[in-house]
Amino acid sequence: MAVLTYREALRQALTEEMERDPNVFLLGEEIGRYQGTFRVTEGLLQRFGEMRVVDTPISESGIAGMAIGAAMIGLRPVAEFMTFSFALIAADQLVNHAAKILYMFGGQMAVPVVFRGPAGGGAQLSAQHSHSLESWYAHIPGLKVVTPATPADAKGLLKTAIRDDNPVIFMEHAKLYSTRGEVPEGDYTIPFGQAEIKRPGRDVTLIAYSQPVLLALHAAERLAETEGIECEVVDLRSLQPLDMETVLRSVRKTHRAVVVHEDHRNVGFGAEVVARIQEFAFDDLDAPVLRVASADVPIPYARNLERAAFPSEEDIIRAVKRVLA
Amino acid sequence: MKAEVPVQKALPSSLTPQRLVELYRTMLLIRHFEEQCAPAYRQGKMGGYMHVYIGQEAVATGFIAHMRDDDYMVCSYRDHGHALARGSDPRRVMAELFGRYTGVAKGKGGSMHLVDVERGFLGGYGIVGGMVPLAVGVGYGIRYRGGDQVCLCFFGDGAMNIGPVHEALNMAAIYKVPVVFICENNRYAMATPIDFASAVPNLAERARQYGMPTRQIEGMDLLEVYRHAEEIIHHVRTTPEPFFVEVLTYRFEGHGIADNPTNQALYRTKEEVEYWRQRDPIVSAARFLLENGLATESELLEWDAEAKQQALEAVAYADASPEPPLEELYRDVYTDMEVPEWRY
Repeated sequence: MAVLTYREALRQALTEEMERDPNVFLLGEEIGRYQGTFRVTEGLLQRFGEMRVVDTPISESGIAGMAIGAAMIGLRPVAEFMTFSFALIAADQLVNHAAKILYMFGGQMAVPVVFRGPAGGGAQLSAQHSHSLESWYAHIPGLKVVTPATPADAKGLLKTAIRDDNPVIFMEHAKLYSTRGEVPEGDYTIPFGQAEIKRPGRDVTLIAYSQPVLLALHAAERLAETEGIECEVVDLRSLQPLDMETVLRSVRKTHRAVVVHEDHRNVGFGAEVVARIQEFAFDDLDAPVLRVASADVPIPYARNLERAAFPSEEDIIRAVKRVLA
Repeated sequence: MKAEVPVQKALPSSLTPQRLVELYRTMLLIRHFEEQCAPAYRQGKMGGYMHVYIGQEAVATGFIAHMRDDDYMVCSYRDHGHALARGSDPRRVMAELFGRYTGVAKGKGGSMHLVDVERGFLGGYGIVGGMVPLAVGVGYGIRYRGGDQVCLCFFGDGAMNIGPVHEALNMAAIYKVPVVFICENNRYAMATPIDFASAVPNLAERARQYGMPTRQIEGMDLLEVYRHAEEIIHHVRTTPEPFFVEVLTYRFEGHGIADNPTNQALYRTKEEVEYWRQRDPIVSAARFLLENGLATESELLEWDAEAKQQALEAVAYADASPEPPLEELYRDVYTDMEVPEWRY
C-alpha cells in the first residue's frame, strides 16, 4: 500500500472522483491558479481545466449558494472553505438552504454537495481562525458531518462524501495535512456511520475524532508504557451519522470512557456522546464519563496560552487516571 | 417614481391575441387564488406567514411567459403567483398552503416553499435574498453542461440590502451565467420604504456596477413587462450573460397576513394605495383587450368567473385533502438514512 500524506490522500480522492464522474467539480478561494491554500487541490486546475476547478472571489455565501444551486440540478460540487472559521459567513446557506431543501420541498430535490476544508487550530492562528464548531453542524438535521483523522480515512470518506446525495460537511484539520499513512489504492470508500477502533484496549475507552484521535493514541501509548493502562481508542470518523454501537460495545467492555475533542467543551459534541452513553449504558459504567476539550475561551495567540487552551496528551492522561481512580 | 396610465400599445409581434388572452387569464387566476387565501387563513385553514401577490401579477406572468419547458426559476417566499404562472396545479398549490399531503411539497413546506421540479421551478425561499446565490449555481450548472437554458431569479427590493445578493451578482458576472435577476421593487421591504433603505434608491443603477446589463422597467402593465422580458431573456439565452432588471411594481395588500390596514397605516397612506390600485395590471390588460377588439365584455366576465371557480375548486380540493401521515415527520431529512425517533 502506498504511503501518502493526508493532503495527498484528499487530492487522490478528488482526482479519482472527478475522473469517474464528469458532474463533480470544485470551487473555492485560491484552489486553482494558486494551487490551494493548503495545496490539497494542487495540479487539479491544470488537469481538469477552469470549468471544473473554479477559482472564486472571497465570497463564502456566494460560494456555498453557488454550490448548492448547481447541486440542485444534479451536479456534484465540492466547495472548499479556506478554513471552517470562514464557513460562518455562509452559515445561512449551509443551515437554511443546503440542510433544508430536501425536506421543505417534500423530498423532491436532493443537494449532493460537499463542503470541505480545515477546521481547528493549533498554529497560533488566534481567535478568529481556530474554530472547529462541528457540533453546530451536527446539530442541524439534514447535514452529514465527517471528520477524518488519517490519510486512509480522508480518502475513503471523501470519496463517499462526493457520492452521497446529501450535503456533507467534511472537516479536515490543518495539523493533519502533512501526516502520513498507508492509503489503499483505487476505488476505496468508507461508509459513513462506522466508527473504527484505532487501538484496542481493556481499561478505558477514549472516544475521539479528527486530529485529537492522534492525541488520544499518543496518550494511550504513554499510559500503556508507564502505567500499564490499556486504553481503547474509538475514532468516530463521522458525527452524523454517528456510530454509537461501536462506542457502546467498547464502553460495555471497559466500563469507563473519556471523550476527546478540540472544539470547546461547553455544549460540544462530547456532551452528546456522553448523554447517549449514560442513556444506553448507564449500568455498565463504573465512573462518570469525562470530557477533554478546548477551554471555553476565544483561542488566544500567545504560544503558551494557546497550548493551555487546547486539549493535550497530559489532559487525556489525567482524565484517564481520574476515571480509573 | 412615475407610473403613467398605460396608453394603447400595439401587440408585440411574438404575442398572438390568443396568447395574450392566456396570460390575462393567468393574472386572473393568480388574483382570485390570492383572494381566497385571507378568508381561508382567518378560518384557520392555513398557518404561518402568508404573503400574497395581489398587484404584482404582471411581473411573474410577463416574465414566466418566455420560459421554455427546460428553463429554471427560483423565487422568494411571495411565490404563489410564480407557481401559478409557471403552470403548477392551483389545487396542489392551495393544498400546500393548507398543509395537506396533496400539496406540492406534501404539506411540508407551506406558503413560502412552493416548488415544481418538473417545471423547473426550484422553489420559493424564506430567507430574503437567500435564493440569489442558488440561482448563480443553477446558471453555472447550465453553462457547465453546455445548455442554452436560462434561470429566472425573482426577489424583492429588500433583498438588495443583504450581502450575499451582492456576492452573487458579482459572481454571476464573473462566470457569465445565464441568469435573469428580477428585482420586484414593490417599494417596501416589509414596512421599510426602499428610498429610506437604499442609499441609491434606483436599484438598477446600484446593480449596474456589477458589469452586467441592467434595466428598470414598469411592472404594472403586462404588455410592457412582456416586451422587456422577451428581449432580456433572449439576450441572456443567446449571449450568454446575466441581466439585472428592476421591475417597478406595488403590492396592494400588506406584506403578509399580519400586516393589516391598521399596521399598513404606519408606513403608507390610503391615497398611495389607491393611486396604485388605479394602475391595476388586470384592469389595464382588460382595457387593452377591449379597446383592441381582442375580447368582449361578456368574455371578460366569463374568464373572471372561470378563474374564480378554479380558485374555489382549489380551496375545496385542499380542504378535502388529507393531512400528511405522521411518518412524514421523519421522511426526507436525508435521501438515504433514517433519523431516530427520540421519544419514550
